Amino acid sequence: MIRSAAILGAAALALAGTLAARATVLNLPAVHDEAVMEGMPRSLSDFRFFDDLSRQLPNDNVIGYRLNTALYSDGADKLRFIYLPEGTKLEAQGQGLLKFPVGAAIIKTFAFGEGEDRRLIETRVLLHREGGWTALPYKWNEEQTEATLALAGARLALTRPDGKAISYRVPNMNQCATCHSIDGEIIPIGPKSRNLPFTWQANLHRVGDLRGSSPELSKDGQSVGWPLLPHWEHRDQVNIDAIARAYLDVNCAHCHQPGGSASNSGLDLRWEQDDPHAIGIRKPPVAAGRGAGGHKVSIAPGDPDASILLYRMQSTEPGVAMPELSRSTVDDEGVAVIRQWIAGMGQ
Amino acid sequence: MIKAVIAASALVVAAPALAETHTIAPGEGAQERLQEALILAKPGDVIALEAGRYSLTDGLSLFVDGVTVQGAGMDKSVLDFSDQQGSGEGLLVTSDGVTLRDFAVENAKGDGIKSKGADQIIYDRLRVEWTNGPDANNGAYGIYPVEARDIVVQDSYVRGASDAGIYVGQSEKIIVRRNRVVENVAGIEIENSNRAEVTENLATLNTGGILVFDLPGLPKVGGGDVLVARNAVIDNNTDNFAPEGNIVASVPAGTGVMVMANTGVVLSDNMLVNNKTSQIMLIAYNQPYEDERYQPRPVNVQVKDNIYGSGGTQPDFPGGDLLAAALGGALPPVLTDGLHQGLHLEDSIPALSLGLTQVGQPLSQASPVPWTPAELEPFPQLRAVQLPASMAARLN
Repeated sequence: MIRSAAILGAAALALAGTLAARATVLNLPAVHDEAVMEGMPRSLSDFRFFDDLSRQLPNDNVIGYRLNTALYSDGADKLRFIYLPEGTKLEAQGQGLLKFPVGAAIIKTFAFGEGEDRRLIETRVLLHREGGWTALPYKWNEEQTEATLALAGARLALTRPDGKAISYRVPNMNQCATCHSIDGEIIPIGPKSRNLPFTWQANLHRVGDLRGSSPELSKDGQSVGWPLLPHWEHRDQVNIDAIARAYLDVNCAHCHQPGGSASNSGLDLRWEQDDPHAIGIRKPPVAAGRGAGGHKVSIAPGDPDASILLYRMQSTEPGVAMPELSRSTVDDEGVAVIRQWIAGMGQ
Repeated sequence: MIKAVIAASALVVAAPALAETHTIAPGEGAQERLQEALILAKPGDVIALEAGRYSLTDGLSLFVDGVTVQGAGMDKSVLDFSDQQGSGEGLLVTSDGVTLRDFAVENAKGDGIKSKGADQIIYDRLRVEWTNGPDANNGAYGIYPVEARDIVVQDSYVRGASDAGIYVGQSEKIIVRRNRVVENVAGIEIENSNRAEVTENLATLNTGGILVFDLPGLPKVGGGDVLVARNAVIDNNTDNFAPEGNIVASVPAGTGVMVMANTGVVLSDNMLVNNKTSQIMLIAYNQPYEDERYQPRPVNVQVKDNIYGSGGTQPDFPGGDLLAAALGGALPPVLTDGLHQGLHLEDSIPALSLGLTQVGQPLSQASPVPWTPAELEPFPQLRAVQLPASMAARLN
């Protein structure tokens, strides 16, 4: 029995991200809804989101997912899950965020390394409670058996699989909210229809976990009715404008949009923004301070090295570096894409 | 019985939970202990910072309404960010009704203390300092409230900011009083804001003492109704050390008070001494912009009852030295680019216009002429800033 559970679990993990795995064969306790709805559980295991916490094998009603283009977090891998209480559904609302029922949760574990060498660093949970969303950070122990609430965050000395030593920041509860807020309300960022794989949405729709217009397939059965963000791994094969705008949407726009934490900058880097000035083209800085690096505009068409936006992406110095939180290294892949995008703009 | 239960619960609702004081000491784990206290505080609580130096590696933040952070004095409780490795500021506040009092923030890597969307905030008896003095690598703003209404910044000291010591942006109903701002690029800057009173401050050894600016292209534009009164603005001649690209990088060293754009500004009863470019300068925003809401000129500026010392002897702009020489060694106390509308100069002092006629015209096309007052409608009185009663109580 134990063995078959493990095999099933492994199968579920393999499917995570492509299929809605809502198995009901295992006789394990369900997700602890009270922990989702109230209080600040001390341990990640209190939620029972996972059948096997260390191996991140999800419990019933916990669905793995991935994003087409993801936020850079010092190169950490992310294991993403959505918990839907029994009998509830997600609802698509156009290309934007999926609507989550009260009682749902989003779980994201940050890890470095593959297979046996994988180290889980932290797990962030977003809980959809009666009064809105609550964000809580959990830090994994050395033994990799449990993650404990780290309200005040932590700073960890880590060596990445590529050998680079980094000072990794586990955000505190407020820092979670800094990125996850619009007009003072905490909201999810990632699970927008436009940034979720088409097959995942179609599958969820088929099994009845997702309703609404989103996966109403077009006649060719190949699209959801609006352009999806391109897949980052396929960036060499897609239009540079699309991949650059996808990157900015995912890495910057949670703060840089009206109502976001950086609204006062006047910079709006959302995918749907089409005003060149709003996305930074020839836009002078407002409160950038030394973050401007001596440059006069956020994006100088044709001149990446005169663009504040790229300058700040290439810095790791607090007060200059963007994003401000959860990044202590430079995202070389992201820098390359943004550099190419700006270089190709007509002057 | 049911009635009694209802009465009891009504009592619970009516009586605010008893405010608690959480005392934090410096030393091992101060980062986590202090941050945790700021997260777990309830409205009305006090976070008390014992005297000592708190060595911090990451920015702190407060998101709970109605909390007071109370130190033992601006030279006693010191939040030291010299080893900061993350975040864009030392302390970030986003909740309403917060009081920050009697502590210091030193050497933050970005801004010192920022409050965003935090209404009814009081900054009182704080010190925000970059201890190495003027340096382009210092953080931009010392005290930095933005996008809020009902703001008080008082009795504080800010030194070394590479942009503005005290910067209030995109806000309304603002009182900035009795502060000392020393060796910043801008001492005090009110930007894209309405109804501000900047009074009884000492601004000295900055590049520019007090700036009242309005910029295009921001969520909130159309600043005005700003009173700058009873300030001492002395010796603001420090070379501009702002990183290029920022608007204050264009402020000439030796600027006393500068008004750019804005509608309705009163400069009265100030003491303006030895600011070597100009004691008072009025200019239009001269960069290209696309913002239909924006008024680039200074409109309706009243200058009255100020005391003027020496000044204008080394104007820090191209051709300034020749201009000063031609005028007998110094520019007059009031300098305008000529693009203002409605300058109510009520002090008996000379003024100089650079004679620009169009917004955006380069300074190279200036044709300086003495400026003489025209007949104007009486200056409309500014309304005094009235704070909400709950806020006034916190000031006592």
